[in-house]
Amino acid sequence: MTTFIAILVDGSIYASWLFLVSAGLTVIYGVMRILNMAHGSFYAIGAYAGASLVGWWFSGAGGNPYVSYLLLLGAALVAGLVVGFFIEFSLLRRMYGRDEILMVIVTYALLLILEDAIKLVWGVDPYFAYQPYGLLGRVSFSGLTFANYDLGLIGVSLVVGFGLWLILNRTHKGKLLRAVIHDREVAVAMGVNVKAMFAVTFAVGTTLGALAGALTAPAISVSPGIGVEVIVLAFAVVVVGGMGSIGGAAAGAVLVGLTRAAAVHLAPELELFVIYGVMSLVLSVRPQGLFGQTLVRKI
Amino acid sequence: MNRLKSLFVPRRPVVAALALMAVALAAGSAQAAENGKFRVGIVTFLSGAAAGPFGVPSAHAAETVIDALNKGLLPAPYNTKGINGLEIEAVIIDENGGATKQVEEFRNLVERQKVDAVIGYISSGDCLAVSPVAEELKIPTVFYDCGTSRLFEENKAPKYSFRTGLDAVVDNVGAVRYLADTRPKMASIAGIQQNYAWGQDSWTDFVETTKKLRPEVKVVGEQFPKIFQGQYGAEISALSVAKPDVIHSSFWGGDMEALVLQGNARGLFDGRTLLLTCGESAMEHYKDQAPNGMVIGGRGPFGAFAPKNALSEWLRAAYSAKWNEQPVYPSFKIVQAILGLKAAVEKAAAAPGKQPDADKITAAFTSLTFESPSGTVKMARSTGHQAMQGIAYGEYYFEGGKATLKNVRSYKDTCVTPPEGVNGQDWIKSGMPGAKCD
Amino acid sequence: MMRVDRTEAWLLGAGLALALGALVLPSWLTFLLTIAFAKGLVVQGVVIQMRAGLVSFGQGLYYCIGGYTVGVGGQMVGVHDAFALLLLSMAAAAAVAMVLGLLLTRYREIFFAMLTLAFSMILYGILSKSQSLGSTDGFNVRAVTALGWAPGAGGKMFVYVLTCGCAAVAAVLLHRLSKSSVGHVCEAIRENEVRVEYLGVSPRWMLYATYVLAAATSALGGGLIGMATGHVDPEMAYWTTSGEFIFIALLGGISHVAAPFLAATLFSTVRTYAIQFVPHSWQMILGFVLLGIIIFLPKGLWSLFRRTKAEARA
Repeated sequence: MTTFIAILVDGSIYASWLFLVSAGLTVIYGVMRILNMAHGSFYAIGAYAGASLVGWWFSGAGGNPYVSYLLLLGAALVAGLVVGFFIEFSLLRRMYGRDEILMVIVTYALLLILEDAIKLVWGVDPYFAYQPYGLLGRVSFSGLTFANYDLGLIGVSLVVGFGLWLILNRTHKGKLLRAVIHDREVAVAMGVNVKAMFAVTFAVGTTLGALAGALTAPAISVSPGIGVEVIVLAFAVVVVGGMGSIGGAAAGAVLVGLTRAAAVHLAPELELFVIYGVMSLVLSVRPQGLFGQTLVRKI
Repeated sequence: MNRLKSLFVPRRPVVAALALMAVALAAGSAQAAENGKFRVGIVTFLSGAAAGPFGVPSAHAAETVIDALNKGLLPAPYNTKGINGLEIEAVIIDENGGATKQVEEFRNLVERQKVDAVIGYISSGDCLAVSPVAEELKIPTVFYDCGTSRLFEENKAPKYSFRTGLDAVVDNVGAVRYLADTRPKMASIAGIQQNYAWGQDSWTDFVETTKKLRPEVKVVGEQFPKIFQGQYGAEISALSVAKPDVIHSSFWGGDMEALVLQGNARGLFDGRTLLLTCGESAMEHYKDQAPNGMVIGGRGPFGAFAPKNALSEWLRAAYSAKWNEQPVYPSFKIVQAILGLKAAVEKAAAAPGKQPDADKITAAFTSLTFESPSGTVKMARSTGHQAMQGIAYGEYYFEGGKATLKNVRSYKDTCVTPPEGVNGQDWIKSGMPGAKCD
Repeated sequence: MMRVDRTEAWLLGAGLALALGALVLPSWLTFLLTIAFAKGLVVQGVVIQMRAGLVSFGQGLYYCIGGYTVGVGGQMVGVHDAFALLLLSMAAAAAVAMVLGLLLTRYREIFFAMLTLAFSMILYGILSKSQSLGSTDGFNVRAVTALGWAPGAGGKMFVYVLTCGCAAVAAVLLHRLSKSSVGHVCEAIRENEVRVEYLGVSPRWMLYATYVLAAATSALGGGLIGMATGHVDPEMAYWTTSGEFIFIALLGGISHVAAPFLAATLFSTVRTYAIQFVPHSWQMILGFVLLGIIIFLPKGLWSLFRRTKAEARA
């Protein structure tokens, strides 16, 4: 029973983290058809920005420790928007309409550049922002102890997911965006400013990536290479769920999260294969992913 | 036909391009030549996850000590300038990118950069791949950190390969001895290791040694998360459910720090002992986020475990003056390799200012005894190519805003090292015959 | 059919000239070229698929199978002949590709890319778990012989000549293929699969054959790299390795069969000098080079040569 509860809670926490990490990826792909290899770098930038701000707050500058949560959010917002708009404006804008696969390579080049750029800005020494992690205390039930911060992550990802859904489905801009997703050319013909839409979408996507990084920062040691590690994970979740679908990313995250937690508790030897196993299985049954739409073949 | 024709190669531009490339390559090869300096290739992680905890502290220490050697600032017996009076010139290369690339870059170092010796390699895979090439190219190569026992098992008759760091077997035999001495009531153990060769081997060594020294201890859990996973929520729950007395981990770098942070926040270490074989490398980072009494090691008598002597005091002072932090075990290990090389070259040299050839250097390095910040080092294993030293473990405490070590226990070399010619794993399995511990 | 056209004569001549270059070139350069041409062969595998419109993010799978076959063959089975080992590598890769191809040819575009990546990573996982194969540290590859002759100290030189030979022969064969009706059908599939189907050709089986051929070609490159470096490890199947192959493929472009070799040589050269001169930021240099090529030479390096031709015609 303890194990079952542990799998459920661990799986949910991990799933909410996976959702946060992959939401930005799927938003960008859904609207812009860019599979963003550099997404992990935005995650890392968010983590570094959050960690250095929180570190500064607690190293004498600070007053109320609870302000550090706002600092994490603020760091993600500023870092994500600045970097996102800058890259969209200086690079991606020249590339629209190119082949989907070529865009993957463009973002791969971006990944190489950003990884070293991060190192130039923050160096290789780890950054810590552990204070917000311990501040909320912990809770024990059925022989297990969990950090409240981790449980809070579940709430945050629910809010993010629901917020994205609301924006897409209940606002005017969101409806325009869905029109762009559905048929870009017709949307342009109808007078939708697709360029602006793309810029905003990309910035929102990078900000979501940075947010995931900033919220993870308190629980980890922020050091070089953390970004590269999340890319494949996020890809797997998005592909399992169906590329470009928010609901799909959520479903993919829950599926991968719970399966991984079950593997860790019941068969730790299999942990290494879980993600790719789930991905191969889902794709062999549903090639377009759980929530993906089948593509219309060109004639 | 037209279409086919357009796919033909117009010859001249291609030839021109190839010629251009050849010129560029030749220009590169022309720049390195005999310049009256002793050129050392230094290979360590400058990017990727191993850069922060190991690679950059190593590179920093190498820079510090090479600078000081060139100025003759080190205490005796290394108070002579450079290496045998020759200025040392370091060529630093990033170890990131896998073994294939490292073999390629090693050849470039030797043949294009014309280095006289190479010091480096943290990753065991890189050591295994580079060692045969060192033998082929006949270049003295000092492996300073990688721990795999297979290095001198695959390369049975090494001539140009040396290792001044210790075999990883030592880490875990030492760890079990420390636990047996300080935790007599230990009844169960569990492990969490990164799922790659280092983690798998460390855990096997640790468990097998425990079975011999404390046969009544039960193994109640083992976790193998992917390396660089960073999130250990489910693993921490699984370990809590298993309720071990001691948790062993060979984690390093960001993974290790994240595990300590997350486990501590969730009370995993309450009433338990956490043992980290590489723990010393992050001693300045844990602050109050690690449990007091956590057992840490430094892969030998390095870093915070180094004995007090003129060399270690000099290194601590010079390093912290330049980089504003204390040198950790990788810093000590690379300094040890550099000093070992200096000692060997100077022993081989006919006269000051002369550079002995590679064969003379390797002959002098074989079975050499030299001084280092970690004490006296004897190249006494693997036909004189592998250093033999003891190891120390201690408990981490954070008190009054400062990290300190308590209850440090040292185990001497013969207590934790298999006899000459015996494979480490076999030695453990046969009950570690011939170990002298007093 | 056996008539050697100009490109083929040029390819064979270049292969021969480069192989003879072993006598004069410094040995670090021949090693760099060995690795570059062997990688070029792996990249040929990527390019063959690109011509048919498929982008594999997991070509490291076959690269790794090639390398491990050579390693296991020499270390554990006792096969030391270079030619036998390379044939074994290609056979092993083709066998795996025949199975995986059945599933993979149902996918296109990004899904094909992701699924190939997944399979490659599964192999990485399996090898990381195999302690008898050295886990993630991998193991060393024994020196090879050639038809009973042991090159001994000249082993690396022999591998270089062998690589030049394999590259030239493979290039000629692939050139013929791309000029044959099969090659044109592959291009047609890339342009419009459904129309090809209307013409009575099964795109799926064409793609299946392409996939298997690409696997064998890449395994040949992997086997040669295993012999050259003397070491294989699971990193060969890691996704970043596959990323590097795509990088090189785009660098060269898919228009000419020699482009992958040229691109791989340029890549190795840029990387080794970037590592030497900016050890702390060499990845950034690679990134900018890649971006520059995509922006200014969208059809790859080879378009440099073709542009002069087009201008001449105009």
